[in-house]
Amino acid sequence: MSDSTNPHSSPHTSAPAHGDGSAHGEEHAHGDTASHGTRGSYLKGFFLSVILTAIPFWAVMTGAFKDPSTAVLVVMLFAVIQIVVHMIYFLHMTTKSEGGWTMMALIFTIILVVITLAGSIWVMYHMNTNMMPMANMADMG
Amino acid sequence: MSAQTLTKEDGKSVSFYVQDEHDHPEGGSTMLGFWMYLMSDCLIFAVLFATYGVLGNSYAGGPGPREIFELPLVAVNTAMLLFSSITYGFAMLAMDDGKARTMQAWLALTGLFGLAFLSIEMYEFANLIHEGAGPTRSAFLSSFFTLVGTHGLHVTMGLIWLVTLMVQVSRHGLIAANKRRLLCLSMFWHFLDVIWIGVFTFVYLMGMLR
Repeated sequence: MSDSTNPHSSPHTSAPAHGDGSAHGEEHAHGDTASHGTRGSYLKGFFLSVILTAIPFWAVMTGAFKDPSTAVLVVMLFAVIQIVVHMIYFLHMTTKSEGGWTMMALIFTIILVVITLAGSIWVMYHMNTNMMPMANMADMG
Repeated sequence: MSAQTLTKEDGKSVSFYVQDEHDHPEGGSTMLGFWMYLMSDCLIFAVLFATYGVLGNSYAGGPGPREIFELPLVAVNTAMLLFSSITYGFAMLAMDDGKARTMQAWLALTGLFGLAFLSIEMYEFANLIHEGAGPTRSAFLSSFFTLVGTHGLHVTMGLIWLVTLMVQVSRHGLIAANKRRLLCLSMFWHFLDVIWIGVFTFVYLMGMLR
């Protein structure tokens, strides 16, 4: 940019100003009405989702896991993977969309969701176990 | 911002910056704003999931998840939502190509899958209430009906929105405003599918594992 203050500056001022590239990229984000998906990406997302849905349903319906806590972990793991698949292939989440603000909002929301869910369940579980009328209630006095 | 140089008659040059107008076209920040809305909606569901997580074991002597949930029905429902997601995706691809008629057909198909989802859910709810497992039976059932019902209400709203947009497109064509609205509904629709993953995992599958 300082080049242009010098009237005798070298020929490269006439070259396209590549320094402006980032500003132009940002301008594209405004009023952008393309869906950002392709037939291939939608189909890929769909087939991944079908597989990621079918496996946990099959596991629970047939009782493939003898140990329920293993089954719970596996089912939750598949759900998390499927949510990520949906985010990428259907909601077109990238770290760059809307200048990174959608990702920031998503991370913030995930933190709040984790605090809400884990906090509520943890606190209420302990409250329930501690407040339960017990046989040896008299000893506690 | 771009730098410009103007050479005056006396040979001196003046440099200045041209401040780009940087106009914000109508709806330029709609997508980000709508994403913010979806995130706040996510928090509503988080609260309902937490409520279900806390109250899900309080049967009050009533039926538990094993007695009342029918997994095959839930699997069909999940398939309906998944199909509606892919058909909505194809509608968006048709929109990119500017094929309004093809897009309308895919949207109509999406609407039918959504309607099938809602019908199955209504059937399930009616069955449960008929069996005496209505929302007033126990804390478990209250939180179950609130969580799944809120999701169903969202799908209903999505369907009304879908029909509205189909009418809008048939009247005004694929103008920029309609494209923007269709993209917002796309996010809303796929978001509901994401919430449903949480519902079938947390409520139905894990309910059967208790």
